[in-house]
Amino acid sequence: MTTTTRKSRYRQGILDASPFILVIIPFATLFGVLATEAGLNVVETMAFSVVVIAGAAQFTALQLMQENVPTAIVLVSALAVNLRMAMYSASLTPYIGAAPLWQRAICAYVTVDQSYVVGVSKFEREPDMTVPERVAYFMGAVTPIVPLWYGFTLVGALVGTRIPESWALDFAIPIAFLAMIAPMFRTAAHVIAALVAVIVSLLAAGIPYSLGLIIAGLAGMMAGAQTELWLERRKVKP
Amino acid sequence: MIETGTLWTVIIVLGLGSFGLRFVFTGLVGNRAMPDWLLRHLRYTAVAILPALVAPQVVWPVATDGVFDIPRAAAAVVTMTVGLITKNVLIAVLSGAVTLYGLLYLLG
Repeated sequence: MTTTTRKSRYRQGILDASPFILVIIPFATLFGVLATEAGLNVVETMAFSVVVIAGAAQFTALQLMQENVPTAIVLVSALAVNLRMAMYSASLTPYIGAAPLWQRAICAYVTVDQSYVVGVSKFEREPDMTVPERVAYFMGAVTPIVPLWYGFTLVGALVGTRIPESWALDFAIPIAFLAMIAPMFRTAAHVIAALVAVIVSLLAAGIPYSLGLIIAGLAGMMAGAQTELWLERRKVKP
Repeated sequence: MIETGTLWTVIIVLGLGSFGLRFVFTGLVGNRAMPDWLLRHLRYTAVAILPALVAPQVVWPVATDGVFDIPRAAAAVVTMTVGLITKNVLIAVLSGAVTLYGLLYLLG
């Protein structure tokens, strides 16, 4: 394992995650603005983004604190929004579980939707990558995302102006994720997993604490696993 | 007004909790082999969770107060279709963006 390969993996990660730059900037700015409007000073706002580093959970916590909801409920709700991170962690384990503990800890801290999807789609595409290459690639994928999350939270907190709604940047998030997921549909099992997850997520949208998402995700994963088994059994039979 | 004590409690506990969720498998399972049935499910984590995360935002966008919006829905369909055909993230993002802004301009 040479330093050169690791460096080139790192650079690939940066490149592959770069479409998310457009997503992170408005999202981070908005958090900075909303946190300031809620009365947080710059240190508090930055601490939030650096310590928690999870967009949707931060917005949830901020919203509930403003509504004077009991602290325990704030925490449960925001952690429920982040429950998918445990699923990401499980999904990354077969790929980077053999890395040194300190590297796994750093990877865990920077596991967000964007770095996860960039990382896992690459690891699936190139199963021959070594563990150090995977870690280097993952750190590359994080590089255009996490510093911008901090930086534009600060910009939002200091400047206090939102990006105009007419720019429709709200929709940068769905577009970026859909574009990133599309190449991952390699088999019928992937397609069925996604279809089931989408249908359940729409049906379960009313369930509180974002638990609809977790139910939808689990349903999709089960559908994918069952389809895979069924396809395998069909292949074995004459 | 949010109390300073409450705020810091939330920041710290939420930070620790989020780290815990992210570290629970990579950290604790590490290099140990996981059972086949679990791995089989985990292979579908990304293609299940991310579409499920996005679907409600596509059907009921926050920007339109949850009212179904043709430019946004069309942009999602175009992004996905182009992504499936080309397998190219950048081309898919650009197609989606062109569809979104084109339709917002035409219908707006």
